[in-house]
Amino acid sequence: MVLRRAIRVLVAKPGLDSHDRGAKVIARALRDAGMEVIYTGLHQTPAQIVEAAVQEDVDVVAVSILSGAHMTLLPKIAAGLRAEGLGDVLLLAGGIIPEEDVPALKEAGVAEVFGPGTDTAVIVGYIQDHVGKD
Amino acid sequence: MAYEDVEQLARALLSGDRRALARAISIVEDGAPEARALIKAVYPFTGRARIIGITGSPGAGKSTLVSALARAYRREGRTVGVVAVDPSSPFTGGALLGDRIRLGGDEPDPGLFFRSLASRGHVGGLSWAAADVVDMMDAAGRQVILVETVGAGQSEVEIMGLAGTILVVTMPGAGDEIQAAKAGILEIGDIFVVNKADRDGADAVAANLEMMLDLGEGKVAVDAGHHGAGAIGPVRVAAEAVPAGPRWRPPVVKTVARDGGGVDELLNAIERHAAYLASTGAGALRRRARAAERVLAVAARILLEELKELAQRAGRLDALLAEVAGRRLDVYTAAEELIKGRAE
Amino acid sequence: MAEGRDNEVKGAGERREAFRTLSGLPVERFYGPEHVANLNYERDLGRPGEFPFTRGIHPTMYRGRLWTMRQFAGFGTAEETNRRFKYLLEQGQTGLSVAFDFPTLLGYDSDHPRAEGEVGKLGVAIDSLADMERLFEGIPLDRVSTSMTINGPAAVIWAMYLAAAEKQGVPFDKLRGTIQNDILKEYMAQKTFIFPPRPSLRLVIDTFAFGSRHVPQWNVISISGYHIREAGSTAVQELAFTLANGFTYVKEGIRAGLDVDVFAPRLSFFFNAHSDFFEEIAKFRAARRIWAKAMRDTFGARNPRAWMLRFHTQTAGCSLTAQQPEVNVVRTTLQALAAVLGGTQSLHTNSMDEALALPTEAAVRLALRTQQVLAEESGVANTVDPLGGSYFVEALTNRMEAEAQRYFRRIAGLGGVVAAIEKGFFQREIAESAYRYQQMVQSGEMTVVGVNKYTLAEERPIPLLRIGPEVERRQVERLQALRRERDNTRVRETLADLRAAAADQDAPLMPAILDAVRAYATLGEIVGVLREVFGEYREPALY
Repeated sequence: MVLRRAIRVLVAKPGLDSHDRGAKVIARALRDAGMEVIYTGLHQTPAQIVEAAVQEDVDVVAVSILSGAHMTLLPKIAAGLRAEGLGDVLLLAGGIIPEEDVPALKEAGVAEVFGPGTDTAVIVGYIQDHVGKD
Repeated sequence: MAYEDVEQLARALLSGDRRALARAISIVEDGAPEARALIKAVYPFTGRARIIGITGSPGAGKSTLVSALARAYRREGRTVGVVAVDPSSPFTGGALLGDRIRLGGDEPDPGLFFRSLASRGHVGGLSWAAADVVDMMDAAGRQVILVETVGAGQSEVEIMGLAGTILVVTMPGAGDEIQAAKAGILEIGDIFVVNKADRDGADAVAANLEMMLDLGEGKVAVDAGHHGAGAIGPVRVAAEAVPAGPRWRPPVVKTVARDGGGVDELLNAIERHAAYLASTGAGALRRRARAAERVLAVAARILLEELKELAQRAGRLDALLAEVAGRRLDVYTAAEELIKGRAE
Repeated sequence: MAEGRDNEVKGAGERREAFRTLSGLPVERFYGPEHVANLNYERDLGRPGEFPFTRGIHPTMYRGRLWTMRQFAGFGTAEETNRRFKYLLEQGQTGLSVAFDFPTLLGYDSDHPRAEGEVGKLGVAIDSLADMERLFEGIPLDRVSTSMTINGPAAVIWAMYLAAAEKQGVPFDKLRGTIQNDILKEYMAQKTFIFPPRPSLRLVIDTFAFGSRHVPQWNVISISGYHIREAGSTAVQELAFTLANGFTYVKEGIRAGLDVDVFAPRLSFFFNAHSDFFEEIAKFRAARRIWAKAMRDTFGARNPRAWMLRFHTQTAGCSLTAQQPEVNVVRTTLQALAAVLGGTQSLHTNSMDEALALPTEAAVRLALRTQQVLAEESGVANTVDPLGGSYFVEALTNRMEAEAQRYFRRIAGLGGVVAAIEKGFFQREIAESAYRYQQMVQSGEMTVVGVNKYTLAEERPIPLLRIGPEVERRQVERLQALRRERDNTRVRETLADLRAAAADQDAPLMPAILDAVRAYATLGEIVGVLREVFGEYREPALY
């Protein structure tokens, strides 16, 4: 078991959604909690996000999505991660995702969904609780 | 995906598997117990890659330039590795690694392996494991490896211990070239790049650099081994007769990394420098100097860790430190005590 | 005597150590003449309709004509949005405002791989002139004014609107409306840029020139602070950055040889109405005064209409909560009131469910009713600038202006707006404010009702508007049919002409774009040509 010195998180903006306020705020919050955060930038395809997750060997992929395209994009990201053998990477989603879509997303491989107004401390705590545990 | 053991990981890495490469980088970066075994297993297979260091002050567009170079090498059909270092927060230990965002493109390219590293408290422009990370990429078969330093500006001579060709990047309007001369950065550059060359003042910056280089402010001789085989620290040598061939006079190249302008010229300059290193024996001298630097740095690190651990275990470290803080013991005596303790 | 009073009040205690506006400006216990001692009515306020227009740009304002009630709408296909437009017009809306989906905003056709899952979700999908014709079917374009929120591909979408009007038999000079077309704030905040700054500015100035000559009643730009605010800025930053952008456009227009007295009157603005009631009102008034003085005294405009800052307002989307969404109606009402007391020319009020989805019919109707109650029941529209002369409001207006001027100096020091964008100045300022705001909410220093105070253990879900996948399917089918049925030779010709025009620095672009549009070239095809010539922009990572 490797003792990781820092939790590495990929903060990703998939699709054409151009709202990055939330992604940047969460990136900073994670940094302030001692994590190493790689931000993909806007307009990433699911394939680009998965490739980044592979190359950066991250523990967490945190997807921010406010465009309503989450039911298309998140399952693709989850499937891509699994195909690369990264099924144990924590896949999280935040932004504007209606409650009623959450069960299907979890089914597809998203570990947790954080709605609007979620305190960043909650997200930080969730990551700290779930990374490095088998 | 878990690897059974170091051998399996090493084999996968050497076969070019990029997932293995990613995992290997994490292991050496974290200094995990397997790290040393891994490095020992793959080191014999390193030495094939062209390693290019990119340094310069913030705002000069290093990341954009690195991405432009990476894509240019990809177009030539070479496989590329990029190591991009960003600073860790001294308070929280966390880091925002923002160089990858410059990659662009529509589809992912496994032929371009980009790894973001946090400095993790290290000073000098890189992280302490950066050289090991580069070795991993080298062993995995990446033909060109670009290493981008943190970019704090003047203190980043550490790149010299790692790269074959060093690019120093400036831009118009920053007054950089003066700062660079003052800080001695002129001595470490093999190629000087004036990026954002579409801005006013680009020609003036380039002209200033040329002038300073002509005046001999730059690295005037190739690392002629002036300090001998036991040289430690950045290779900064005075003029000396070069074993074979002419001196390398660093060229100044203007680029507009944003749209790829000047990148071809830069590639040519890098090629010429690589040829120079190979044909004059300068390359061999550098490799020797780099080896010296790395071995001694690693030895020092290992010794320090051992020292700390021993002192910690014997319960002596805290007591010693309290004495020093209370001015009852001076720093040097305390250090001697620590070292004596190790020898016992 | 006064001292004794003070001690009495001190002993009484206050809810906080210090009171501040949302931007962080200090708020005194009360304001008096001493706070506005230097105020000169003629110089600093003027009567409504008189320089410097602090009190409003028209002498009669809402007594003459109410603000335009212009609800932003768009989703799904052109037909669905057309129906929503007609519904809103029936319900008393007085102007149209179009929301486009993300593929359209970024210049992609609905069948582009990147568009998958995004078609029609956050706005209407427009791929070609055919869609634009459907969007306004049965809506006579000489009788409505239409605002279109489009930036990167604004010139192309505008061309489609113009061509659709042509098909209706309406001449260009009868058309009224606005295209947002404010590319500078895209780099700062909204991020729906496509090309790098310089070619983007060229496109914008090109539309100024075309508008001045051919579409004289059209507002060719809506210089926006709304999105800057939504990205997390303070009110002061919103004010300063928006006006700085405005000044930049004026400079660029003059540099391109346009007459400031001709194009400046067609520049319009778009602000956010956020929750700090008086700060927002002061912001609007300060904006008018700053703009008037700059246009007359710095840019030398002689046409008084060039001195008047006209603006649209939208209530703050970022202030809406997903928790207890009915409370959003209260927020929106207060924000709308601030906009009205601030003298806005046109207003969009958010629907209560907009933190979660696009608005349902019922929600948007209530949002419209909010404006109607304000306009017709409350009496606030019956006199101009009712808060003029308030010690607090005038002091705050002065303060906002001073803070904005400080930013102008900083921006100038950085080399101007474009240079400052390249240095990441605005992006960092905004990200910093956004982070601070988040921290204030999380620490409880700032109350958000229903989120960090007065919360409910159980939230009752409200019905939401959902856009199904059949929208994308239908749109893609239709698009593919169009490509088969149109004159593809003509399309190729017009695209080639456009490429040549784009590659020539001095060539006008709108005419070439219009020709391509008329030939039913798609948005993606036209923008694709421009992408090839101008390149694409990738932003640096700035927090």
